[in-house]
Amino acid sequence: MIMTSTITSDTIVKFDSVIKKFGAFVAVEETSFDIRRGEFLAIMGSSGCGKTTTLRMLAGLEDPTEGNIYLDGERVNGKATWDRDTPMVWQSLALFPFLTVQENVEFSLKMRGVGKKERAERARIWLEKMQILEFADRNISQLSGGQRQRVALARALVTEPKILLLDEPLSALDAHLKVRMQAVLSNLQKDLGITFVYVTHSMSEAFSMADRVIIMSRGKVEQIGTPQEIYHKPKNTFVAEFLGSANIFNGTLSDVAGNNWTIDTDYGSYIVHPEGDLAKQTGEALSFIVSAENIRISDASSSAGGIIARAIGEEFVGASATVYFETAIGQEIKVQKSHHELAALNFATGKDYALTWDSAACYVLPQS
Amino acid sequence: MNTNKNPLIETSLRLHLVACIAFIFLPILGSFAFSLNSDRFPSIPLGAFSTEWYRLIWEDPFVWVGFFNTVKVGLVVALIATILGFGGAYTDYRFRFFGKNVYLALALLPPTIPVVIMGLAMLAFLSRVNLSGHAVSVIIAHGVMCSPFAMAIIRLRLSQMDPDLEAASWNLGGSEWATLRHVIIPFCRPALLAALFITMAVSFDEFAVAWFVSGLNETLPVKILGFLQGQVSPRINAIGSLAFLSSIILIIFAQMLMRNPTRTSK
Repeated sequence: MIMTSTITSDTIVKFDSVIKKFGAFVAVEETSFDIRRGEFLAIMGSSGCGKTTTLRMLAGLEDPTEGNIYLDGERVNGKATWDRDTPMVWQSLALFPFLTVQENVEFSLKMRGVGKKERAERARIWLEKMQILEFADRNISQLSGGQRQRVALARALVTEPKILLLDEPLSALDAHLKVRMQAVLSNLQKDLGITFVYVTHSMSEAFSMADRVIIMSRGKVEQIGTPQEIYHKPKNTFVAEFLGSANIFNGTLSDVAGNNWTIDTDYGSYIVHPEGDLAKQTGEALSFIVSAENIRISDASSSAGGIIARAIGEEFVGASATVYFETAIGQEIKVQKSHHELAALNFATGKDYALTWDSAACYVLPQS
Repeated sequence: MNTNKNPLIETSLRLHLVACIAFIFLPILGSFAFSLNSDRFPSIPLGAFSTEWYRLIWEDPFVWVGFFNTVKVGLVVALIATILGFGGAYTDYRFRFFGKNVYLALALLPPTIPVVIMGLAMLAFLSRVNLSGHAVSVIIAHGVMCSPFAMAIIRLRLSQMDPDLEAASWNLGGSEWATLRHVIIPFCRPALLAALFITMAVSFDEFAVAWFVSGLNETLPVKILGFLQGQVSPRINAIGSLAFLSSIILIIFAQMLMRNPTRTSK
């Protein structure tokens, strides 16, 4: 096994060519990535993509089939979860129903043999930090969803770990509470300065809180990057489709003239300006994206040219609207416009419009 | 009136209730009434009120021996059966292995075996290993018969447990033993207590197998048969009433524990 990069003090976790199989089923394909000390990392993907398995391997609840996992410089393959300090906040919260709030928070200290008095003191510090000290002697069943969430956090953080693992912790909360808890988590992570690894299927959760996001699909890491990078520069069509904010156009590279590439699509040829060192040959299939807010709408009769498409629907999104078009070959195109702009166009569904964009608005996907 | 009531279902349920009371509780009530009746033979009209039969069994050393044997056996059986039942239920909860269904079927089999066959088989086996005719023989036989009851009760409780709870405890630094002690057992505590009471009640009442294997260490139900064979005495009614009371109290305790486990567990 070749180490793909060295472990530095900035790296708290390293996945090195990790593979996880359950029988014949490959839950996580060969994966290598680093988690930086003190960062808020979100692992995002739809259900069954391997994100929870990845987290459980880090927690020591699953052992990798192949490859190595390093935690704080130490190889932890085969090290039991109770010998690691990788507390997890569970989707179900998994609070102990037969213990009081304070006993729940004290649990991991008790398991580590901390004396009764010190346990109580340390637990109360965290109950206070999470603003649930007044519920210390209550039963779990007497708490609201948000309060339980705070107990789960206090219970996981009471040992003051270097890393906290969170497995879709907010999925059971209603939308309003979810936003509030996101703020709590975000601030907590900044205050404590410890590493958070946060598994979620929700783009808004991942993108609003995380410093970096890993996008996974079918056991594979599709892209790692900051939310900005991933949003504006998705690596491939999967990520672009998964985020759902941009329109994807597939074509063939027909001409390379410096940084002006010509891509032939079903709608004609487009000039794009690829970023970075893309090694592509003419004749290769290539895709580019144009985000919904960068597309112009004009009357089909105007001389603008572009794609002629029929307006098929409109979705109200606060100050703006997302309008949906269908092209002659059946592709759906999304455009975001303000209500004001739509009114100026006399916009109506069922009518044909011309859609255009600047070549600078096109982003060439490095992988198709 | 509630219109969602089907008169046929309503009537059948009432009939069922009446039948239960008539055929289960009336005979017991009858026996209880006769136990406080001064007449030598159970006949209507009743004679005077009397606690004579209770006084007689109170003074009968054989009844006391039988009673102590029953209690001794019942307590030990309850403990053994509950431990075995917990082991079986936890194995079922925790592990997946080849042949698990066979394992479960075998573990839950004993109550389906006719007691006479069970008693005979137990006698044949225990006498061969020189364990028949002692109190310990009854304990072994009853332990086998009662543990499936305990297992069923504890399995039910474990099936209500959040599957993440055990892993959460490991994740918080609890080893497997510590987790068993601090999470699994506390979570199962109401079911464990219920299993103790029910297995004790089953052992208290069990007659056939005890009759085969008890030898001279007769339990109370075996003693009752002895009385019946010798002489018909209203003392049987008195013993029966006490045995019924003790069993029903154990069952009621168990029911209360199983009904609202969250309230009883702190």
